[in-house]
Amino acid sequence: MLRKGIVLAAALGLALAGASAQAATTHKEPKDVHWSFEGPFGKFDQAQLQRGYKVYREVCATCHSMNLVSFRNLAQPGGPFYDPKYKNPNESPYVKALAKDYQVDDIDSETGDPVKRPATAADHFPSPYANTAAAAAGNGGAAPPDLSVMAKAREGGPAYIYSILTGYEAPPAGLKAGPTQHYNPYMSGDLGSYWSGDKHKTPEGGFIAMPPPLTADKVTYDDGTKATVEQEAKDVAAFLMWAAEPKMVERKQVGFAVMIYLIAFAGLLYASYRRVWRNQSH
Amino acid sequence: MSGHSTYEPKTAFTRWLDTRLPIVRLGYDSFVDYPTPRNLNYWWTFGGILSLCLGLQIVSGVVLAMHYDPSAGHAFASVESIMRDVNYGWLIRYLHANGASMFLLAVYIHIFRGLYYGSYKAPREVLWILGCVIYLLMMATAFMGYVLPWGQMSFHGAVVITNLLGAFPVVGDAITTWLWGGFAVDNPTLNRFFSLHYLLPFMIAGVVVLHIWALHVTGQNNPTGVDPKSKADTVPFTPYATVKDGFGMVLFLILFAAFVFFNPNAMGHADNYIPANPLVTPAHIVPEWYFLPFYAILRAVPDKLGGVLLMFGAIGMLFILPWLDTSKVRSMRYRPTARLFFFIFLAACLVLGWCGGNLPDDMVIKVGETDAGPIGLNFVWLSRIATFYYFAYFLVILPVLGLREKPLPVPESISSPVLAGDHSKKD
Ligand code: HEC
Ligand code: HEM
Repeated sequence: MLRKGIVLAAALGLALAGASAQAATTHKEPKDVHWSFEGPFGKFDQAQLQRGYKVYREVCATCHSMNLVSFRNLAQPGGPFYDPKYKNPNESPYVKALAKDYQVDDIDSETGDPVKRPATAADHFPSPYANTAAAAAGNGGAAPPDLSVMAKAREGGPAYIYSILTGYEAPPAGLKAGPTQHYNPYMSGDLGSYWSGDKHKTPEGGFIAMPPPLTADKVTYDDGTKATVEQEAKDVAAFLMWAAEPKMVERKQVGFAVMIYLIAFAGLLYASYRRVWRNQSH
Repeated sequence: MSGHSTYEPKTAFTRWLDTRLPIVRLGYDSFVDYPTPRNLNYWWTFGGILSLCLGLQIVSGVVLAMHYDPSAGHAFASVESIMRDVNYGWLIRYLHANGASMFLLAVYIHIFRGLYYGSYKAPREVLWILGCVIYLLMMATAFMGYVLPWGQMSFHGAVVITNLLGAFPVVGDAITTWLWGGFAVDNPTLNRFFSLHYLLPFMIAGVVVLHIWALHVTGQNNPTGVDPKSKADTVPFTPYATVKDGFGMVLFLILFAAFVFFNPNAMGHADNYIPANPLVTPAHIVPEWYFLPFYAILRAVPDKLGGVLLMFGAIGMLFILPWLDTSKVRSMRYRPTARLFFFIFLAACLVLGWCGGNLPDDMVIKVGETDAGPIGLNFVWLSRIATFYYFAYFLVILPVLGLREKPLPVPESISSPVLAGDHSKKD
């Protein structure tokens, strides 16, 4: 009886399922990228983080904020400008110099007037826009999202960021993009209503309001690395991974010690278990 | 089981204390001399593992609460600041977030252990129901905890789940308004969820005390389901059970640590690293994995109220299970037919979890394509089949099977098959 019920339900399911419409957002899987920080022993490559910071600062920061990151973070252990000479990251002369180039809002404590002062190592990265509305207005209606934890906020993480930055394509014939829309197969979207070609061959991906930010030699690397679009994209993606998870290397190192401890402890307990139970049948 | 106490205070102080507050005696009788069936397997180590999980959640949670800011404007940033600026804050937060998953994983194993070995049957009905209460409280706690970091999934998950209660006729709207503290999920909702998230674990701890009390009245079940008859059937809790539980706990911690240190976000959802934004709804709102089977049951029903009732009914089944299963034999070791249905039930629950994580209209098996879309078996229908089996297992199979099936011969006592060297049944 039961089996009949299941068969009946299954048959009904087959019959009815056809009627529903397809949910249609699509995107291409992120490219396969190799990172120095992959795997249980992977570490950030400090030179790469420095290059990535440069790309962020000179390119992305004109549109994107990174509110959760402060200058001093750059000089913390594991950071792009960590130097064992300066235990206190606030004292790193390099980071102090980086910060000083920015003017941040403050209040004059004597008069209460709003003033500008040079940023210090303790300040957060300043935002390019005063607020979200201004950011949206400056970018065709789509506010550039904060990048602090971007590398954790998208499926695929840094590989996704790399793919977006290097994945721009000319829209295929038959796809009509608006003036502030850029076709990118890695961005998820539903292009059905912009597509005049074969209904079953709607292009994968979506439109993104960010114009392709990178070109070759957009930055000049201090270490002489050749600044191709791929190199810049990879470096900035690695930097954003560090920014999203600055304690990643410390975490894996602690984890390694914890694992060794736990495995040794488990072995010890197993031996005790065998010994305690040796005269007991069970 | 809770027979005669054999505790003898050794020092003047413990003798003095024993006649005033026999707390050392209680501990001794419960965790040292307590007679434990000698044939318990590793599935029985999950009770201890669960206590460990609760302890870890409370300790890590209290430390998180010292740094966490339960306001809509700051919650997200405060959780991130815990991860960046608090010493070992990343460890505490990842322990807590992954700890919730590990806790729920352990409780599911513990529940299925009980289902398989008939631990819910007389005289353990109250013990079982207390366990179900703990499970309900855990789900409520985990749900509210997930709202606290105030990411996109936190917010929209809270909207979806609290809206469900609005499906109840007459009182529904009043309940949701009361729960929200306003007319939408907002700052007041976050504040009260934090308050309750802090409170409920201590209520769980209280019910755990009752659960263990009830356990020590009836004694533990065991893989044969046969009550211990003599001293030969049991061993003292310490050192025998302590060392075995300890080993199980450390193995569990190794799995736990693999997530915390090497893949801490594997069980979370990327969207929860986007700050909550009421104006942008994520493309797919998916709850945490441990809610997925119930989410699938909810969506299997086209009617909202019906879905909600069925979802709560699914948990309700567990509460009345002691009176649904008519078999006198506890352990499914001796019920080959029931065992088969049990494993199908386990599969149905896993299938429900799978359905809950997929879009209802997506295809499981595609047989063709029409203009209206593809045809085949989609996830809603798969979840309907699994839901049907879920309820049939409790309401039809277990009641009928207990009266009809022919169980295998059950051993006289725990020690008889074991001492006779019968190691053929190792399930
Ligand atoms: C001219 C301004 C501008 C610059 C420069 C820029 N972006 Fe963007 N970016 C945007 C805007 C606008 C969006 C929002 C796009 C949307 O929602 O369609 C965006 C979105 C993104 C996204 C999120 C895509 C998603 O999945 O939603 C990422 C990642 C990103 N930018 C990275 C970068 C990086 C890395 C750089 C520097 C190399 C950069 N951007 C430079 C304007 C900019
Ligand atoms: C039954 C035990 C508990 C469970 C299952 C549980 C579960 C959770 C979950 C799932 C989260 C979200 C984690 C994330 O994704 O970030 C969370 C967050 C939180 N919990 Fe708990 N929790 C428990 C006990 C406690 C206790 C006892 C406290 C406080 C005393 C507490 C305080 C917090 C705080 C402050 C947060 C927000 C920080 C964060 O999101 O990481 N929890 N909890």
